Amino acid sequence: MVGDAISHAVLPGIVIAFLLTGSRDSLPMIIGAGLLGVITTLLIEFFHRYARVQADAAIGITFTWLFAIGIILISVFAGQIDLDQDCVLYGEIAYVPLDLWITESGLSFGPRTLWTLGFVTLLVIGFIVTGYKELFLTAFDPAYAAAIGISTTVWYYLLMTAVSLTTVASFESVGAILVVAFLVGPPATAYLLTDNFKTMLLFSVGIGIVAVVIGYYLAYWLDGSIAGAVATITGLQFALAFVFSPTHGLYFKRRRTQVA
Amino acid sequence: MSEFTEFFSFSDANVRYVTLGSVLLASSSAVVGCFTLLRKRALVGDAVAHAVLPGVCLAFILSGTKNPFILLLGAFITGWLSLVLIDYITSRSRIKEDTAIGLVLSVFFGIGILLLTAIQHSGNAAQSGLDKFLFGKAASLVGEDLVVFGAVAVLLLATTVLFYKELKLLCFDETFAKSIGFPVRTLELLLTTLTVFAVVVGIQAVGVVLMAAMLITPAAAARFWTERLGVMLVLAALIGAFSGISGAFVSYTAPSMPTGPWIVLIVSMIALLSFALAPKRGWISRLLRQRRNRTQILEENLLKLLYQLGEQEEDYFSNRSLETILTKRNIPRPQALTGLRKLKRQGYVQHQQNGWALTAEGEVRGKRVVRLHRLWELYLTQYLQLASDHVHEDAETIEHIITPELEHKLIEELNYPSLDPHQTRIP
Repeated sequence: MVGDAISHAVLPGIVIAFLLTGSRDSLPMIIGAGLLGVITTLLIEFFHRYARVQADAAIGITFTWLFAIGIILISVFAGQIDLDQDCVLYGEIAYVPLDLWITESGLSFGPRTLWTLGFVTLLVIGFIVTGYKELFLTAFDPAYAAAIGISTTVWYYLLMTAVSLTTVASFESVGAILVVAFLVGPPATAYLLTDNFKTMLLFSVGIGIVAVVIGYYLAYWLDGSIAGAVATITGLQFALAFVFSPTHGLYFKRRRTQVA
Repeated sequence: MSEFTEFFSFSDANVRYVTLGSVLLASSSAVVGCFTLLRKRALVGDAVAHAVLPGVCLAFILSGTKNPFILLLGAFITGWLSLVLIDYITSRSRIKEDTAIGLVLSVFFGIGILLLTAIQHSGNAAQSGLDKFLFGKAASLVGEDLVVFGAVAVLLLATTVLFYKELKLLCFDETFAKSIGFPVRTLELLLTTLTVFAVVVGIQAVGVVLMAAMLITPAAAARFWTERLGVMLVLAALIGAFSGISGAFVSYTAPSMPTGPWIVLIVSMIALLSFALAPKRGWISRLLRQRRNRTQILEENLLKLLYQLGEQEEDYFSNRSLETILTKRNIPRPQALTGLRKLKRQGYVQHQQNGWALTAEGEVRGKRVVRLHRLWELYLTQYLQLASDHVHEDAETIEHIITPELEHKLIEELNYPSLDPHQTRIP
């Protein structure tokens, strides 16, 4: 749920970055949103650990609060901001090809978002490859990780930074809510299919790609939102894995108990 | 100021609607929120809020009208379904609850967006305004909405009052409730239904994202002020009502301001203040309590040191210099000095030019700490069979905590001992 919280809470960061620079360039927005993402995790931690608010309530309060601030900021500067709630919540991937990155000499590099997302993808892959051992250990055995001298806090915040980066980069195209489907859906499906962490990583990437391809055709067929369609497919994949996964699915679990 | 009186005279019908609507909505969802919060399921409100969208769209596709009751019915069904699904996924697989919530929430919302965009592109003229269902329109509430809000608020409040005892037990001791034959499943369903009701209605005022705050935030704030469920419910409702009024007021004075986000902002500020300032559970009062404990421990340690020095020389009331005290135990010097000064103000020690001396009261208190320490060491060696060189650390901590009653019990239990395991006298 922290992903959900971050994706909503970055809104004021984006608005402030926009106000300060006055442009819709991706870089300042990503920086602003990334900062807010980290602040969000810090706030949640603070409420939970020092004010002893129960964890789920701490998450809920933090992100709704920041989101409300974001919307109020938008309303205050409504005249100057070319952002609206609909865009923030849904995003529209279909407009991506329209926003081209054209240099001053007139050279076109193709859609701008493609570049930002490509860059973030590389960054995330680089982060996972270099920090694989640390991430793996802090995820599965934080006590052991701390014992051999890996700072769980540092890696936690690094991971959260990666989450906010990904969220922000994607959210222009798919909106703040559907980004959660992409963050949570494929890993949850993969988690039901395998017990090996590396396999799970690869599976979730594969599942994500399949969802996007099928989702795109679904959207084309229904003439609806692409992001919405992809999220729908993600849910469908999870439902299939939930029932038919050979190791953890309902169907085979039931058969096994009958045989036994 | 004139705006203020103008607003609170409620002469403008629009002001009346908006304010009353916000208050009804905020306070009734706050009451329901208390139960979801106590059941540690604060985020389900968020899930329901998002899951409502496909229901609204489906209802529109099937009925072809924008009749609010049909749309509400659709919203209610999918919202309810989402909660059932979350429960089902968590109980039947190894997926954790927060993952299940995130997944159900975003997938339902995705389906909703898909349907909504499909409707929008279908060229049906009647569809305009459907998305307003999602972003809230607190500032444009009309009399008709108010009737619905009022009805739902009364329904929610009446149900809570009617099933107060059952819901309370469900929140605090589910196993016990089950064992005395309460229909726990049915009660859970009832609570789920109440939550969905509150969300479905509330969404129209504050929008999808902020609905979660209407449920959780007042409840979390109220939780910090009281240990009693009844008081908590009333407090949460009041906090909700107050922020409802203030939100309406802000958007009245500055018409470009959205009501919903302001309600949430105000309620969040109240919650933050509660986390910090509430007596007992608040952050600041906990810090103060920790400080008090630390000073108490420091003071008692100093008195103990003075008493032990007195034991060595069999003279409890003469002067000891700070250096002598600190050779016995290494306390940071400035800290020791502040502690001694404080003790002097309380009359436990006296300060002369070449050092510090215990007063009669100081001797009594120091003696008690030493006694408790040695009693505890003896207790550990006799009853838990610990080696006598392992018990000191533990006694260092407990000597500040033992109450006079416990002290009597210990002495009785140990049969009025005179020597501790290190063969020192117990004073």
